[in-house]
Amino acid sequence: MVLILLILVPLLAGIFSMALKGAAKGLALLSSVTTVGVSALISMTAYEGGFIEWGMPWIPQLGASVSLLADGMASMLCLLTGIVMSVIVITNWNKEVENDNRYYGLMLLSQAGITGVFLASDALLFYFFWELALIPVYFLCSRWGGERRIAVTFKFFIYTFVGSLMLLAGLIYLSLQNQGADAFAMDNIIRAGKSLPASEQQWMFWLIFIAFAIKMPIFPFHTWQPDAYEQSPTPVTIILSALMVKMGLFAVLRWLLPVLPEGVAYWSDFVIWLSVIGIVYASLVAIVQVDIKRLIAYSSIAHMGLMSAAAFAGTNIGTHGLAVQMFNHGINIAGMWVIVSMVEQRWGTRNMRELGGMASTAPKMAIALVIISLANIALPLTNGFIGEFMLFNGLFSSASAYSTTFMVIAGLGIILGAVYTLNMIQRTAYGEAVAMKKEGDLTANEYLGLAIIIALIIILGVYPKPLLDLTSGFAMMP
Amino acid sequence: MKAIIAATILGIVLMFTGLFVKDKKSVVSIAIVAMLALFGVSIWEYSTADPTAPQELFNNLLRIDNYALWFNMLMAGCTFLYVLLMGKRFISVGNHVAEYFTLISFILCGIFLLTSYNNLLMLFIGIEIMSIPQYILAGSDKRNLKSNEASLKYFLMGAFTTGILLMGITLLYGATGSFYITSFTFLQSTTLNPLALAGIIFVLIAFAFKVSAAPMHMWTPDVYDGSPTVFTAFMSTIVKAGAFVGFLRLFHISFGSLSDHWMMLVAIITAATLLVGNVTAVFQQSVKRMLAYSSIAQAGFMLFAVASVNATAWQGMTIYAVAYTVATIGMFAVLVKMKDYTYDGFNGLAKKEPALAFFTTIFLLSLAGIPLTGGFMAKYFVLNAAVQAGGMLWLVIFALLMAAISVYYYFRVIIAMYFKTGDAELNHEVTAADKILLGITCALVILIGVAPQLFIG
Repeated sequence: MVLILLILVPLLAGIFSMALKGAAKGLALLSSVTTVGVSALISMTAYEGGFIEWGMPWIPQLGASVSLLADGMASMLCLLTGIVMSVIVITNWNKEVENDNRYYGLMLLSQAGITGVFLASDALLFYFFWELALIPVYFLCSRWGGERRIAVTFKFFIYTFVGSLMLLAGLIYLSLQNQGADAFAMDNIIRAGKSLPASEQQWMFWLIFIAFAIKMPIFPFHTWQPDAYEQSPTPVTIILSALMVKMGLFAVLRWLLPVLPEGVAYWSDFVIWLSVIGIVYASLVAIVQVDIKRLIAYSSIAHMGLMSAAAFAGTNIGTHGLAVQMFNHGINIAGMWVIVSMVEQRWGTRNMRELGGMASTAPKMAIALVIISLANIALPLTNGFIGEFMLFNGLFSSASAYSTTFMVIAGLGIILGAVYTLNMIQRTAYGEAVAMKKEGDLTANEYLGLAIIIALIIILGVYPKPLLDLTSGFAMMP
Repeated sequence: MKAIIAATILGIVLMFTGLFVKDKKSVVSIAIVAMLALFGVSIWEYSTADPTAPQELFNNLLRIDNYALWFNMLMAGCTFLYVLLMGKRFISVGNHVAEYFTLISFILCGIFLLTSYNNLLMLFIGIEIMSIPQYILAGSDKRNLKSNEASLKYFLMGAFTTGILLMGITLLYGATGSFYITSFTFLQSTTLNPLALAGIIFVLIAFAFKVSAAPMHMWTPDVYDGSPTVFTAFMSTIVKAGAFVGFLRLFHISFGSLSDHWMMLVAIITAATLLVGNVTAVFQQSVKRMLAYSSIAQAGFMLFAVASVNATAWQGMTIYAVAYTVATIGMFAVLVKMKDYTYDGFNGLAKKEPALAFFTTIFLLSLAGIPLTGGFMAKYFVLNAAVQAGGMLWLVIFALLMAAISVYYYFRVIIAMYFKTGDAELNHEVTAADKILLGITCALVILIGVAPQLFIG
């Protein structure tokens, strides 16, 4: 019962916030803090391999039910969702938005959808939430985004919608392998998928994977991403990059790897190739960017590439690292975007050529920028390090004949990542000081938001055990 | 049986209302009550019928089974919703308001025959009762050239197709010596008489015309665009659903055992319909014409139910008919309020009438097949039927790609309403009653999407 709260709280808060004018921010904060609390409670139960289940009948004719499952990884991602949403609300507390009741309302609705994706243990319910998370984001970006928002968001929507429809075809096919009740239950879908002959699994793989590949996104399905990140209002960019791309990775772990093992075995080398090509390609493109938002967008593609490579490496340590890194990447990238939005507000530009000297004009912000950027390139003692270490370890020890090659190419990503990140720090924080349009270092709410993120970065960097233990149950799964 | 009689009598009563009641608004109110009565009768008939034993009437010319009763009830319900939403707009079409309602009632009578015929003669009579009033309705805006064109075009093409249908029926009779659809001699055989095959193809062409499937869809855009919008709403939804059930009934009950011979043909028609409907809809500038092409595209999805011979297809047809009808009627109810039918006419509607824009969004999301709306469940059921039938996975994937295209033209309206600035001009004030009715329609769309089992029967 406590699980449904995680979906209901943001859903109701979202609806109320749309209906009642003026209460939006308060409701959003209340709802996100509540979800953090509830997910923390669930995480305690899920710690070290436990899980909570909840279910009720839905459409018996189809064999679909409303069934939720929170294991370690799902509760960790719910926790991440709650934390990120809280940080968004806190850091935007002093900012005025037009129609803020709808703005926050839609954000809360998308939170409900995303949480649903993480918790659903029924394939049809999963698909429902998968699509529903997208609709509010579509409206958010198209209404409050940048200049080219309408075309860009439309592209993003159509792209992901095509993927989702293929996923739907795949799920229908799998559910029809099950006769009788609960055709969509996770266990039955897994059993149905496993029992398919290898040749069928091989083409089914793409039917299902394409949706996840677009969402993550991995090369060459990434073309919607830099534009969408750039044009969305920053809070929505945070939702997209910290939470929604995790839906893709999570779905691979939960709905693809266990369901079509032989299809995965057949295609995993190919997908890892795509991923590592994506790492290098995105890193190279990131180096030449001058817009900070685009730079981070490309760096995110590079990080996603490493994570998806590890997902398909088929090793315990890689999968475990992936689970940990999903959380850490979510925290780090949210921190990056928060800073970008502060820079944009104060200097009125995101172009690095027109920025500089943040360390002298806004020293607190510069310190936060440095810490979060270093976490983003996985410096030891930051949270990024442990996850990335495990990912590389997993990739290296995979059974694939090319594991060393993969490792070497992916390793280039670290070097290139340092190049563009340090370059960004240098150009924004140091050099000739550029005067701010709107004066002031961090305000109290921004300070609080960044403090939460930096605290998590350092605590989990020094002592990652809680995160490792929480997700350990998952890594042992077949 | 009760519903058929009620539809006929109510039609005649409504016709005489026009003679005695001069106030047009009262005529509308009477018609709304009449449609409610018809809905009531069909509910009564469904709830009192014995679900295991179908009624056989007139020497077995009609065979009213549980599915037919359920479908009649849904269609009567949709018609009631339709007159509630748009009855008042009948007045602005022309002088003969009572007659329009009469014709609608007769069309329903034809649909009721199509859901329960057991004999090809009844099929023919049903199709004619359903079609002829439509020719009149299409031309009811007498002073408008486009309306005249629509009527004439529809009539000529329809008459020609009737000939093809008759030819098909004749050939089938020649092949089997019977008009009874359940007693065709080839029901048990697996080899096929060439005469019967020719008959099946002729009947298929006639039905494809009635449901506006490619390549027999040419009349659709002009007729739907030219007819008064209130009647387009009826013709493109309830009538189409009725024709589809007739289609399904014949092809599944009598030709089901021969599906190997015609399934590929239907599959190709389906693919062509989806392609033509979706791709052409993209290029339209008028929302009304876009909805005409979208109705072709949606027919493509309903054809999946015909192509897949299994029980899920019947459920899918029910859900699709209701979900598509409710959402489209809602969409047209919004459209008749607009002054300008182009996309630009919707610019800035969200600022001016937020409720109206919100309802329109839900209808469009449903037509595009987004989860939580009826349209998703509808597509889900028919595609499920197709996957279950086997051998059509290519078509399912093709259909899904086409569904992605459909997002483009449905969302253009949403983009116009929410993200473009403009002054969307309305024909009529949006009253509280309008909002409540549209709100109920919207709630229905979502109810179908969340709990489709309530509508399967």
